[in-house]
This record gives sequence, C-alpha cells and structure tokens, in this order.
Amino acid sequence: MKRFLGFVKKEFLHIFRDVRTMIILFGIPAVQILLFGFVVSTDLKNARVAFLDLSGDEMTQKISDKICSSGFFRRGENLLNSNDIDRVLRGNKIKAVIVYEKDFGRKLISEGRAAVSIIADGSEPNMATLTTNYLTAIIADFNRELAGRSAAKTLLVQPEVRMFYNPSLKGQFMFVPGVITLIMILICALMTSITITREKEFGTMEVLLVSPLKPLQIILGKVLPYFLLSFVDVIMILLLSWFVFGLPIKGSLLLLLAESMLYIFMSLSLGILISTAAKNMQQAIFISLVGMLLPAVLLSGFIFPIENMPKIYGWVSAVLPPRYFITIIKNIMIKGTGFLYVWKETLILMIFTLVFIGLSMKNFKIRLQ
Amino acid sequence: MKKAVESSGTGKKFGATQALKDISFVVNEGEIFGFIGPDGAGKTTLFRIITTLLLPDEGEMKVLGLDCRSGYKELRKNIGYMPGRFSLYQDLSVEENLHFYATVFGTTVEENYDLISGIYSHIEPFKKRLAGRLSGGMKQKLALSCALIHKPALLVLDEPTTGVDAVSRSEFWEMLKKLKPYNITIIVSTPYMDEAMKCDRVALIQDGQILSVDQPEKVRDGFSRKLFSVKAPEKYKLITALRSYPGISTAYPFGDAVHVTFKDDDFDDALYDYLDRMGITDVKITGTRAGIEDRFLELMGSKV
Amino acid sequence: MTNNTVISVRNLVKKFGSFTANDNLDFEVYQGEIFGFLGANGAGKTTALRILSGLSEPTLGEITVAGYDARKQPEQIKKNIGYMCQKFSLYGDLTVKENIMLYGGIYGMKKKLIRERTGSLLKRLRFEEYGDRLIADLPLGLKQKLAFLVAVLHEPKIVFLDEPTGGVDPVTRRQFWEMIYETAAGGITVFVTTHYMDEAEYCDRVSIMSEGKIVALDTPAELKKQYQVKTVEEVFIKIARPGKKPG
Repeated sequence: MKRFLGFVKKEFLHIFRDVRTMIILFGIPAVQILLFGFVVSTDLKNARVAFLDLSGDEMTQKISDKICSSGFFRRGENLLNSNDIDRVLRGNKIKAVIVYEKDFGRKLISEGRAAVSIIADGSEPNMATLTTNYLTAIIADFNRELAGRSAAKTLLVQPEVRMFYNPSLKGQFMFVPGVITLIMILICALMTSITITREKEFGTMEVLLVSPLKPLQIILGKVLPYFLLSFVDVIMILLLSWFVFGLPIKGSLLLLLAESMLYIFMSLSLGILISTAAKNMQQAIFISLVGMLLPAVLLSGFIFPIENMPKIYGWVSAVLPPRYFITIIKNIMIKGTGFLYVWKETLILMIFTLVFIGLSMKNFKIRLQ
Repeated sequence: MKKAVESSGTGKKFGATQALKDISFVVNEGEIFGFIGPDGAGKTTLFRIITTLLLPDEGEMKVLGLDCRSGYKELRKNIGYMPGRFSLYQDLSVEENLHFYATVFGTTVEENYDLISGIYSHIEPFKKRLAGRLSGGMKQKLALSCALIHKPALLVLDEPTTGVDAVSRSEFWEMLKKLKPYNITIIVSTPYMDEAMKCDRVALIQDGQILSVDQPEKVRDGFSRKLFSVKAPEKYKLITALRSYPGISTAYPFGDAVHVTFKDDDFDDALYDYLDRMGITDVKITGTRAGIEDRFLELMGSKV
Repeated sequence: MTNNTVISVRNLVKKFGSFTANDNLDFEVYQGEIFGFLGANGAGKTTALRILSGLSEPTLGEITVAGYDARKQPEQIKKNIGYMCQKFSLYGDLTVKENIMLYGGIYGMKKKLIRERTGSLLKRLRFEEYGDRLIADLPLGLKQKLAFLVAVLHEPKIVFLDEPTGGVDPVTRRQFWEMIYETAAGGITVFVTTHYMDEAEYCDRVSIMSEGKIVALDTPAELKKQYQVKTVEEVFIKIARPGKKPG
C-alpha cells in the first residue's frame, strides 16, 4: 500500500508541476464553458425581430414597442402575411418573428386571453433559445403590468413558441453537457494514455516493471489522480454554468454525479487501452485526438443532431461512448428525468467500460514485447 | 563460488531476426561482469531477459538461483536495473526521484543510505534540482543511486557510460569498484572496448553471439599472433601502403598507429624498404601487446 | 596536411546573459587536418561548434571559417561545410539514392553531378546493390559510413563530425577512420567532437576545453608526453575538470 501511495504521490507531482497539464485540466474546461456561454449571451443585443401583426391594434403596438425598447431587440420588418415568415428567417438577419393573432386586443379585453406566437430560427439553437426566453420574459412582464393595472380581471397574453428548422431544439443548452462529455474524454483518455506512454518513452516503465510493483498497481496509480481531478472538473463545470449562466440542473444532482463517475471511469479505461496499443506519446495523442475526440465532437450529437445524420454516421456514432453520455446528462440536467429514462445508456456505458478494461488487462504485459 | 547468473543456450528471436543465439555464460557472485560489443549486438535484449522483462525463446537462464520465467516475482525484488536511457523522471527533483524509487521497492532512503552515500554525495548539493536539468554525469550518478536504493543482490547496468564525458565515466567505474564490499553482483554493458579493462571478467558479444568470456587480461592474451605497431605522419598513405604489402595479413588503424600482423607471424624486415620506396618517411615500427579491441577484431575475422 | 588555415578563431567570446560559454578561444585549424575538439559535458563545445558552423553569432572575436567571416557571412560558411552527427543524419524512410539526391539538392549541386558522385560513392563503399534500399533497413555501421560520405558529397572545405563512431563495431570503426583519413588526405579538413578519448587518438591534433576555455591543444603524442601519461583519456581526466584531482 505504501508503494502504491508513493506512486500516486509521484503522479500528482507530475501533474502539478507541469503547467501545460494544469491548463488542460482546469484552464480548458473553464475557457470552453465561458466561451460557449458568452458566444450565446453576448450576441443578444439589438437582435432583429420581425412582426406579423394580424390585429394591428393599440395592444399589439404596446407589446411591440416594449420588445423593441428593451435593448435586446430591434425592430425589423413588418410582415404582411404568414408566407413571408420563412423568407425573412432564411434571410438570416431576422432572429425571430412575432405573430399576433387576429383581434388580439379585443380578445384580450373580452376573453381575458390572447395568443402571440414567437417563431425563432432553430438552426441556431442557442440563439433561438435565448431569443425566445427573452421574448417570453418580456411578454410575461407585460402580463404583470396588465394585471397590476386592472386587478379585477387577469388578462393573459399567451406566448406560444415555435421553432423553424429544428423543432425540438436539440441544441438547447447543449453546450454544457457537450463540454463535459468532451473534456472528460480529453482529460481521461488523452492524459492517461500520454502519462503511461511517457513512461515507456523515457524508459522508466522498464524500471517500474522490474520493480515489485504489480501491473494493476501501476495502472491504478496512474489513473487515480486523473479520476479525482476529472471529478473536480465536472463539479467545476457545473458550478461555472450555474453561477455564470444560471443553468439549472433539473434532475437529481446525485444521479448526475454518479453517471459522471461512470463516464470518467469509462474514459480512463479507454485511455489505458490506448496506452497499451500506442508505442509512444505521439501515437497516443494521435489515437486519442483523431480517433476519439474528433468523432466525439462530430458524431456524438454535440454539434449535429444524430437524427439528421446520414444513416452510416448514425451507426458509427452508436459505437462512440460520448453519444450515450450526452443523452444521459442531457436528460438529467435539462429534461430532469430520472434513472428510469437513462438506464439503457448507463448499461451501455458499463459494457464499454468492462470491454475496455478487459482488453487493457489482456494487452498490458508484465514484460516487454 | 556462488553463481549469480547462469545462462545456457539462451536464444531470442524477433520475427525473422535472431537477436541472441546460443548464449552461455556464468556470472559469479560479487564480480563486475562486462558485456562488450557494438550497438545491435544483443546486449540490451540479453539484459532484458536477465531482468525478466523479456522471455527467452530457447535455453535456460537462471538468475540468483531462480528461473527467469517462473521466478520473476521474487527476482524483481532483488534486481537493480538501469536501462540504456537513464530512467529518471525529468520533472521530479533529484531527491524526489530517489525517494520515489525507494518507496516503489518498499524501502526508504535512510535505510540504505550507507550503500549509496559514496555516489549520492556527489549530487546531494543539487537535490532540489529537477533531474532534467542535471548534466549527463550527474544524471548517471542519480540513476545509479536509484537502481541501488533497495540494496539489490544483482545490479544490471545497460550502457551506463554512453554519452557521458570521460571524467564522469572514470568516476563511474571508481564507484562501481567501491561497491565491492557489499557483495553486489554487477553486470554492465558497453560498446567501448577500453572499458573492458575495468571489469573482473568480460564477454565479447557480436551479432547475438558471445565470442569469448574471460578475464580482460586473458582475453588480450588470447590474441594468437605477433602484433606490431607502425607509425608515420601520413596515415592514409601508410595504411594504403601496408595493405598493398604482400607479407601483411591484417592492418588496422589504432589511434595514431596502425596495428599489423604478418602472414608468417614474424616481423618482416623488408617492410622498412618497401615503405621507403612508397615515399613514406619517419616510419617507426615496434612490437606491441594486443588490446581487447585487437582480440575482438581477430575473433570477428575468424567468424567470417 | 598543409599550413593553409581554414578555420581561424581569434578571441572568441560567447556570452549568454552573465554566463560565459566560450571564454576567449584562440586557435587555428589547417587544411586537411583531423582536428579533435574535446571537452567535458557543458564545457562549451557545442556553443563553439554552432558558431563555427554559422548557426550562432559570437559575442566578440574574429572568426573565419573556410575563408568567410562567421559574423557577416554565415550563409557562405554553411555552403562550404559538411555536418554529420550520430543521430538523424539520414532519413530512414527514404532510399540510399533518394537521401543522396536530397542532400545534393540542398547544397545546390547539379543533378548530373550528384548522379556521378552517387555512383562513385556507392562504389567506394562497395554497396552499389544497396542504392535502392531504405536507410532504415541498413545495418548501423553502413548507415554511419554512408552518412559521412553524404556529408562530404558536395566537397566542402571542412566537415564537422559529432561523435561519429559511437557504438559501431570495431571493424566498421576502422573502415570509418580510414575514410576520414582518405578525406583528409584529399584536402578536406575534418573537425571531430567526441566524448571518447580513444577516438581522439586518431586525430592529428586535439584541443581540450574546460569551463569555456581551451586548456590544452597539441598532437596526442605531445600531450601524452607533456602530462607523462599513456593515453589521451588520462590527459583529459587530469585537466578537463578543474578541482578534480586524478585518482
């Protein structure tokens, strides 16, 4: 045990002493979250919205003015009929179209409720989410003002949100789950495979093998520090997205952390497997980056929805563990679903883990080749 | 005398390449045993078999009385190994490297300090320095300290003196000599023939085969012919001339001289005249004693 | 060997910040000479070698290499020298001929000339049949010899060798030195740096550096006589590290 702890201590020294490792471990996740987050939030200034006012009364004027004076939106075109919606959204300058139903003002007063539609350009999911969230908020505010003025009756403007081009809005807050998924693959698979192959390259592995340390101890000793640090990373990302962007975790935090641990463990075993196959650091980096990270970015559903991919990519994506983790984490964080909804993905991740560990054990030699 | 390593008929193949062929030798307990041979002769492969890092394909290898195949767990506790590239963590300090290896082998620096003090004291003033910042000679000393820290019964050093300057190298051999009282068997390899003289016994190795095993002086005595040293200022002319002389069997440059043997073994007086006719002046010819390298060349020649 | 100076170093000083890597070096190397450049690790050999080959600028001093000023005409110097180090001299994944073509091309030789010299070079090594083999498949000794011949392919005035025969077998080593002798006899100066003192014994003259200074420069025989020892190695151990007493 003392041997093992000595080994773990040495690994921590390696990590804390190398500025680059520290940057990859803590700098990159933070920067990615902030970058993704701010790309989204800073863009919402003077976003152009178009109006299709089928009612054209005082009430709709008021709402439109409120939207356009908020500072977030700027008045774009005034449309005349619904056929124009598609045209202006495709034109890319207009981020959303606001449609007031016919007799909006009259309905609001007589029936107490009236409908307004917000049609956003779903091909930019983050932008669309933001736009609709802000618009809904402004309309809600308007509701409150109305309610305050005529306390007797509750007047309700009911916003109805619709997305064009990406109706279920797959990209909604996807960047947080996506970044967690990618960072974990990066740190766990890439860093562990590098740290193991580095020992091979510098010839220290030879001496470790000749020592009484058992192979399992060597591997666990290599992996344990990264397991702990990756977990710290997950927590850091969650805290950052909570404090900076107010992203809530709708489901169980405990379940989320447990699933993250499983995913970290899976990535680590993948890293070990890579290191048993790679002869040197270059190969390890190549396999991890090109073989794992790139497909994970492109095919896991992080950027492009899997449903929209050609079938063959869908199949390739089926053997990529990140895809399942993204589903799990998205379900828990955004939809707030419980374990019942993600048990299948969890099981798949477990199988991946076992396969990777099995293959690594088979490949890791107590001797040299 | 007890035997530290016993190899009989050890062979190892990598694909189609026969890296080691029928290697047989015995290393006695407490001696400094050298493997002398060029790169690619199979020294590293042999050392990896001795240290249980590789399995031999043929033959039997007993290390410290244990079979290298079945006894690897026990052996790994008792072997100190210094691979060709000094196995140090460049990003750890001198002290941290030493403590790390001590922990890995289940001991502490304090426990065996007396054994390494002679070596470690040279680098102790720099103990806070990162290993990557040490000079070649200091790295070598640190690597040796690390290999010795658990007081191994057998110390295996693969080309410890390659790339290190002459002063550090001579210090290194002095240190090995100072380990004698501890009765540690030392196996060391080197491509440099002159280092053979520092070993108790040596094996000359070439192309995966052992050419000769003996005490260095006896290896030199094994040279079967009379050897002469010929010197002249214009070396290239001298060599070409010597090669063209019919009475000469071999002529190899050796430092500032050319070592020659004659076909009928004895010195041929006519050589002076011949060299004179070839326009080579200031010729000095003396009888000389063969070195390890002369013997190595002879053995290589007889193999071809 | 003649008395034409091909390398002339006068008061060479190279400083890195407050550290003096080369402290007032003063020496000459002649045409066709085999000059050994020795020193302990960190004595300043590499720094001096870089300056001589036009890769680095001296802080002070007048340095002429192959007739060119090391400070003002480094590019001219590079064209007139050859360089071979123990590692990475040739590309393992190119054939022998491709490597020769490449180096010839780098030095601006005409294709026809390269082809002519390739032929005679391969003949000289007696490995015409290896011309189309990959470098990686050649035995180490052959690679070393080839690397040397490629370094002198463009017939430079000086060739710099960095530990040229490390780790090769004794026969190859002899053949290598014979090639060096032949090259030197043909008028090319050979400048050798090495850690291995038996290699120094082959040189016409050797210099020994210590802490940035040249502490000895003479023929191996003279040095041995002067220090009353049998080998250059013993001379080296006596003087290369100040503060270290021999024995």
